[in-house]
Amino acid sequence: MSNKDDENTIVCRCEDITLKEIRDLIKRGFKTVDEIKRISRCGMGPCQGRTCRQIVMMEIAKATGKDIRDVKLSTFRPPTKNIKIGILAEAAKGEGDEEKR
Amino acid sequence: MKRSAEVVIIGGGISGLSTAYNLARMGCRDVVLLEKDSLYSGSSGRCAAGVRQQFGLEMNCRLSKGSIEILENLNELLDYDRDIELKQGGYLWLLHTDEEVEIYKKNVQLQNSLGIESRLITVEEALKIVPYLNPERIKACTFHQKDGHVNPFEVSQAYAEAAKRLGVEINIFTKVTNIKVKNNRIVEVLTDKGKISTSKVFNAAGAFAKDIGRMVGVDLPLRPERRQILATEPVEPLLAPMVISTELSCQQEPQGSILMACHGPNDPEGTDVSSTWEFMEEMAKRICKILPVLSNIKVVRQWAGSYTMTVDAAPILGSVPELEGFYLAAGFSGHGFMLGPMTGVLMAECILGKEMTIPIDKLDIGRFERGELMREPAVS
Repeated sequence: MSNKDDENTIVCRCEDITLKEIRDLIKRGFKTVDEIKRISRCGMGPCQGRTCRQIVMMEIAKATGKDIRDVKLSTFRPPTKNIKIGILAEAAKGEGDEEKR
Repeated sequence: MKRSAEVVIIGGGISGLSTAYNLARMGCRDVVLLEKDSLYSGSSGRCAAGVRQQFGLEMNCRLSKGSIEILENLNELLDYDRDIELKQGGYLWLLHTDEEVEIYKKNVQLQNSLGIESRLITVEEALKIVPYLNPERIKACTFHQKDGHVNPFEVSQAYAEAAKRLGVEINIFTKVTNIKVKNNRIVEVLTDKGKISTSKVFNAAGAFAKDIGRMVGVDLPLRPERRQILATEPVEPLLAPMVISTELSCQQEPQGSILMACHGPNDPEGTDVSSTWEFMEEMAKRICKILPVLSNIKVVRQWAGSYTMTVDAAPILGSVPELEGFYLAAGFSGHGFMLGPMTGVLMAECILGKEMTIPIDKLDIGRFERGELMREPAVS
């Protein structure tokens, strides 16, 4: 994906972020996945970075001349899968809550 | 990295960044800012993105009013080509007991006397603002339209870029390891990337401000505590204001995600910011009682941050009497981000010995020894 024509490629499908936007952020000085995530929301959507994380890491590696193995991973946040608030609330009731019906 | 600077700022959160910008704006451009991680990776970037003027202490009201007024024009002020995403949908404060109603009535009186147009409203009026609210257990509410949401990352970034343009040197991933003092004066800051000689240090290290204090032999009365928060998937607009009470806070971001926070069970003292499942269940249980409509929405992420508490839940601003050249802004007790824009103005004025826009003497560190505590009632 080094060709300029590919810059409209969507890197983060949840937040609709293109390869060009990621490259521009790296140029602007954001050199870690976490920094790019915070400023652009890339990886903050429902998939939590499952698609975009590696692409962003690749782009950072390319731009900084680092080996991809030396690019710091972004923080993995729980839960592993999206979960409904109502299910969590029910689970809490199941643990001896007085208001259990 | 520079070898010397007029002012060294420790901490790349909102307090450090906005002070850096204001110092430079006031003509002091020989400033180095040191951040041990990336910018706004601590409490500023972990907060619930809320900004409010509904406080119960005059100083907090004045700092927050000033801060929100700055935020209203921040994109232009800092010539920021992105957007700080300010959304003034208000803060709706739910009052559950007669005692709370009495305290918040007084808070509203104080706020009104300072030009903050908050008001006590009935449950019926609250339902017009948030139709999905479960009115059971709510006695009354307070509301202020100019409170709301702003993106903490964008605000902090806007300050960082403006400060850099004015000549401030910002060093990330640079950890302060010690501070040298001679004859009760600051002389040098030591870092893992080298030394900087300076006569002025500004401690804006948030949850780590106490550790920085220890380096110069100043025991800061600060107690960091963990607080947790979660974010949902983006959904259609459901909530205009921040819904807040002593039990929780809940706000929808402009992009659709809903952020919920509470002081969870067993959140420990200290700077541990790991997440717990216990919080998720407790948060879900509490929010389903107040806003049952949210039960079908999915949580996508949870994280934690630190509230750096003082015994009176009010910040400590200013210099330290026994040590020349040591300044601090710390102990915001969970509200450092929203008070950050004004903190930057005041700390720059304080460091440069200029006339103060708002006098900060009441927030000095000496109040703890004098027993003149402030006691902010609207922080939990």
